[in-house]
Amino acid sequence: MGSQLVMAPNWCGCGVLSSNSRKMSTNDFKLSSSPFKFSKPYPRSAYRVTAYYGLTTPPYELDALEPYMSKRTVEVHWGQAHNEHVEKLNKILKSSTFYGHTLEEMVKVTYNNGNPLVEFNDASSLWSHDFFWESMQPKGGSIPQGGVLTQIEKDFESFTNFKDEFVNAALSIFGSGWVWLYLKRNEKKLAVAKTQNAVSPLVWGDIPIIGLDMWEHAYYLDYKDDRLAYVNNFLDHLVSWHSVMVRMMRAEAFVNLGEPNIPEA
Amino acid sequence: MAVRLVTSRKTLAQALTPALRHCRGLTTFTLPDLPYDYGALEPAISGEIMRLHHQKHHQTYVTNYNKALEQLESAVSKGDVPAVVQLQSALKFNGGGHVNHSIFWQNLKPVNEGGGEPPHGALGWAIDTDFGSMETLVKKMNSEGAALQGSGWVWLALDKEQKVLKIETTLNQDPLVTKGANLVPLLGIDVWEHAYYLQYKNVRPDYLTNIWKVINWKYASEVFDKESA
Repeated sequence: MGSQLVMAPNWCGCGVLSSNSRKMSTNDFKLSSSPFKFSKPYPRSAYRVTAYYGLTTPPYELDALEPYMSKRTVEVHWGQAHNEHVEKLNKILKSSTFYGHTLEEMVKVTYNNGNPLVEFNDASSLWSHDFFWESMQPKGGSIPQGGVLTQIEKDFESFTNFKDEFVNAALSIFGSGWVWLYLKRNEKKLAVAKTQNAVSPLVWGDIPIIGLDMWEHAYYLDYKDDRLAYVNNFLDHLVSWHSVMVRMMRAEAFVNLGEPNIPEA
Repeated sequence: MAVRLVTSRKTLAQALTPALRHCRGLTTFTLPDLPYDYGALEPAISGEIMRLHHQKHHQTYVTNYNKALEQLESAVSKGDVPAVVQLQSALKFNGGGHVNHSIFWQNLKPVNEGGGEPPHGALGWAIDTDFGSMETLVKKMNSEGAALQGSGWVWLALDKEQKVLKIETTLNQDPLVTKGANLVPLLGIDVWEHAYYLQYKNVRPDYLTNIWKVINWKYASEVFDKESA
C-alpha cells in the first residue's frame, strides 16, 4: 500500500519497506520448550518465527483522534476487531493455497467475481481497516489543497458536491458496509461508492483513495445511531488529506490524469 | 348548500384523505410498545441498548417504511414502473426491519416473567426430535449467528409444509419468508451490531450465550402450536 511509504512506524524489522503488509508481530516469537535453563538470553534457534500477517498500528496514538473518535472506540475497533481479522486470516492461511500472496492480490483473487472464497472476508477486512486508519489523522479534515482539490473540483464540480455525495452514499447503506472515494482507472476520474460488508474498490480493479468504515462497530460507542454526525466529523476533522495526496501520487503511476501545466517560457 | 359553505375544499380533502387511503388499503404503521420496561432484560441486554434499539432503530424502520409506502402509492397511481421497481429495496429493508423487530420484542421476556424457561409441550418435543436436545439447538443457533458476516438475523423456524424445525439466517433486514414461503418465525435473534455492541463490544458469541436467559419460549410455543395445527 502506497501509504506505508509515508508512515514511519510501520516497517518490518528486516529493514526493507515492503509494499505488502507482511509484518512480524511480537507474539510470533515463540520460545520452544526446552529442558535446559539458559543463564543468558535464549539462543536464536529457540525462537520460532512465523511470518504471515501482523497487526499494523495506526500512525497515531490511540487517543489522538479524540473527541471525534474516542480512545475506547479505537482500542476496541483496532485492538480487538481488526486484530481478530489478522488472527483469523493467519489461521486460514495455514492451509490455504493463497499463502504467499500479497494482501491486495489476495483480496482481488479471493473475491472470485462475487462468489467470495473463505479467505476473502478476513483478507479484505484486514486490508480495508489498515487503509481506514491511514485515511485519518489527528487534526485532519477541513479542505484539501493543490492538485487534490483541483482533481476533486474537476470530477465533482465542487468540493461541497463531493462531500454531499460522500455523506449520502454513507447514509444510504443498507446493513454493514463502507463508503469510498476512489479513482476509476478507465474513466480516469474520482468517484464515490458504497460497498456491502467487506467489499472494497480493489475487487473491481479500481484504486481506493479514502475509505470510511460504516459498520456500526465503527461509530456506535461514540455516536450511537447518529451516523450523520459520524460522517460529518470524519470529513470535517479526521480525514487525512495528506494520505489522499500520497495515494493520488501513487495512483498517477497507473492512471494518466493528464499533462501537468507547463508554464509558458 | 350549507355544507358546502361550512367545509372548505381544503378541510374536506384533509378529512377525506385518511378515509380514501383506508379505502385503498393503505395504512400507516406505528411503533409497537414494548411489553416490558427497557431495563427489564438486564443483565442479559442492557436498558440503554433496549431503549436505543426500540426508540431509534425500530422507529426509523417504521418511519422510512411509511415514507416508502407513500412513494410507492404515488408511483403506482402514476404508472411509473421504474420508480415502483426502484422502491423495492427500501420496502424490503424498512418493512423487513419493522416485521423482524416486532417479532423480536415478543421473543424476549424478563426473567421474572418466564424469560429463559425452556418450552414444554409440543415445541419441546419437536426440538428434541429435530435437534436431539435443547443444548444442540442453542449451540447450532449460536454458531450460525456468530458466523454471520455483516448484519442479519438468525432464526428458529417452523417449516409448515415439511413440518420440521429449521435454523435459518437472513442478511440485513430480510424477513424469514425470503428464505422460504413456508417458513414461520418462532424465534429471531438480531445479530446486527446495534443489538449488542454497547454492552458486548465485538464479542458477539457472549451476547448470543446470554440472550437465551431472556428468550420467551412461551411465545414460540404459541406460534408453533397455532401453525402446526
